[in-house]
Amino acid sequence: MHIKEEHNLIRQSVRDFAEQVIHPKAQELDEKAQFSEDITRQMGEMGLMGMVIPKKYGGQEMDYLSYIIAVEELARIDSSQAATIAAHNSLGIGPIYYFGNEIQKEKYLPQLCTGEKLWAFGLTEPNAGSDSRGSKTTANLESGKWVINGSKIFITNGSSKMSAGASVQTISGRKEDGRKEYSCIIVEKGTKGFTSRTMKGKMLWRASDTSELFFDNCTVPEENLLGQRGNGSKIMLSTLDRGRLSIGAMGLGLAQGAYELALKYAKERHQFGQAIGKFQAIAFKISDMATKIEAARRLLYHACWLVDTGQPFSKEAAMAKLYCSEVAREVADEAVQVHGGYGLMKDYDIERFYRDQRILQIGEGTSEIQRLVISRHLGI
Amino acid sequence: MKILVCITHVPDTTSKIAFTDDNTKFDKNGVQFIIGPYDDYALARAVELKEAHGGSVTVLNVGTAETEPTIRKALAIGADDAIRVDAEPLDSYSVARNIAHYAKEGAYDLILMGRESIDFNSGLVHGMVGELLNLPSFSPVMQLDIEGDTAKMSREIEGGKEFLEVKLPFVAGCQEPIAEWKIPNMRGIMTARTKPLNVVPATEETVQVSAEKFELPPEKGEVKLVDPENPAELVNLLNNEAKVL
Ligand SMILES: Cc1cc2nc3c(=O)[nH]c(=O)nc-3n(C[C@H](O)[C@H](O)[C@H](O)COP(=O)(O)OP(=O)(O)OC[C@H]3O[C@@H](n4cnc5c(N)ncnc54)[C@H](O)[C@@H]3O)c2cc1C
Repeated sequence: MHIKEEHNLIRQSVRDFAEQVIHPKAQELDEKAQFSEDITRQMGEMGLMGMVIPKKYGGQEMDYLSYIIAVEELARIDSSQAATIAAHNSLGIGPIYYFGNEIQKEKYLPQLCTGEKLWAFGLTEPNAGSDSRGSKTTANLESGKWVINGSKIFITNGSSKMSAGASVQTISGRKEDGRKEYSCIIVEKGTKGFTSRTMKGKMLWRASDTSELFFDNCTVPEENLLGQRGNGSKIMLSTLDRGRLSIGAMGLGLAQGAYELALKYAKERHQFGQAIGKFQAIAFKISDMATKIEAARRLLYHACWLVDTGQPFSKEAAMAKLYCSEVAREVADEAVQVHGGYGLMKDYDIERFYRDQRILQIGEGTSEIQRLVISRHLGI
Repeated sequence: MKILVCITHVPDTTSKIAFTDDNTKFDKNGVQFIIGPYDDYALARAVELKEAHGGSVTVLNVGTAETEPTIRKALAIGADDAIRVDAEPLDSYSVARNIAHYAKEGAYDLILMGRESIDFNSGLVHGMVGELLNLPSFSPVMQLDIEGDTAKMSREIEGGKEFLEVKLPFVAGCQEPIAEWKIPNMRGIMTARTKPLNVVPATEETVQVSAEKFELPPEKGEVKLVDPENPAELVNLLNNEAKVL
């Protein structure tokens, strides 16, 4: 693996931060389904926003592996906070940095990199999830302005007081051959006709802000187009490719956290006169967890190395996302088993981990879609 | 104000302690090393004082190349530059002599360190450095503010607290609550990359102390729970088993 001394320092620092600042509040925020502005700001001060963005836009100019390690360490303690950071960096900041023009980057990136404000990526719609091309939100260019109509659902960081806006995937017309033309458009919070609503009743990521966005003749200047007109699909695909690595990091970190909880519990809990970890059935579960985590970490870090060395990484990113998220499920499930009945109680962190892992096989492309992406790379 | 902070590179407090070479050497295998927790308080306060009054913070460690990640962390926390005196820190006196030499060279206004390291816990170095430099030294300092060329401090003493005013320069061994530990942020880690870490030769290599043997404390015995309704049993155990009454 390509770990440098600096990566260890990043890991240790984010770990200390997560344990000292996030962990004491994680259970309560989950219980109350409350997004924490305070923790989000502190994550900004830690420099967890804009980690891979150049200094001139206010970022930290770190490599992709550094960012992935940071997300992993957050998820080792609390998936909700990791989700805020992963979505803000990969889905919020990413498209503006990679596809925005100089004016847009200078306008938006600095406040998004300090963590004063959050940004969202609006792709999913009620009737367009995996099939994002089935979306219905439209943007019509009328006398130098985009008029947007439609709605988005399940959008992370879209409705808290800290959210400043979203990059929205729209149908902006028809191509010459009659097919739909997709474009991405920047919509700032406060624009007339744009409203957002927090979604309630989630079983997981309860302290992360998930929202619905509504566009009702929402009008923005023509220059709010992100990238080229008609490039919406390209922006989306490229954003999701990178984003997958951060979901992989969330899977890896969650698995690591769940494994550590199981290991500790197996040493402490006594039945039949000995620590349950002494029973081979439990010891083997924990050995399997450690082995899967090691494999997942290598797959994910290898994909990051491809990104950091400028090589194609789309297939490896899909593999890493698929594998890390499935390892998270398997490890969390077995970790609950190790905890017995206590693992089902909210007083135990593992209960939250067990719920939180479930989205990782669904968000940013379901496991089925990852397999589809991989199979296409394999020429099937 | 020029501040020097001396830091140790010590095993993490949760490390499993074991020995090798016939119990004469500490087994470093798989051990995570950290900045000495008391030194970390001293460093945090030094960075705060620099932020409030201007000046610079230099960290110094007497150690071999393997301590550099620990030094780099101190730079990420906010020190401006670092000195590594290239020597194995084998006894308090040789460490103090090395520190004193480079502290004199740098003409610092304030020399801070932890009240003790957490490996050998001797708590001798600050006193020795003070003596070698002919400066007053204080420990354990729990509060430290600077006004002009004067420091206001409070120090823990037997049965109470002592409040002091001292003119700079001096040496202080620090402990909590002098400041809160600082976690390096990403910007700190990135700027630490290019901050100078100067490796200098040891001026004092004579070691006067050598370890004959290390021994672990005896394992903790079983805990006995006594029913609160049964104080007679407790008295009996304290009397006849623990033999402490
Ligand atoms: C908490 C949360 C946060 C989210 N954040 C964001 C966000 O910030 N931005 C955003 O745009 N979206 C976000 N999403 C949406 C998420 O990306 C979608 O839920 C996901 O893409 C799946 O879409 P869907 O829910 O409509 O499921 P569907 O696409 O309806 O899938 C249902 C099932 O059908 C399967 N399926 C579909 N098509 C195929 C196929 N071709 N082959 C095989 N199986 C198939 C799927 O794998 C799945 O098992 C978020 C979702 C959640 C729950």
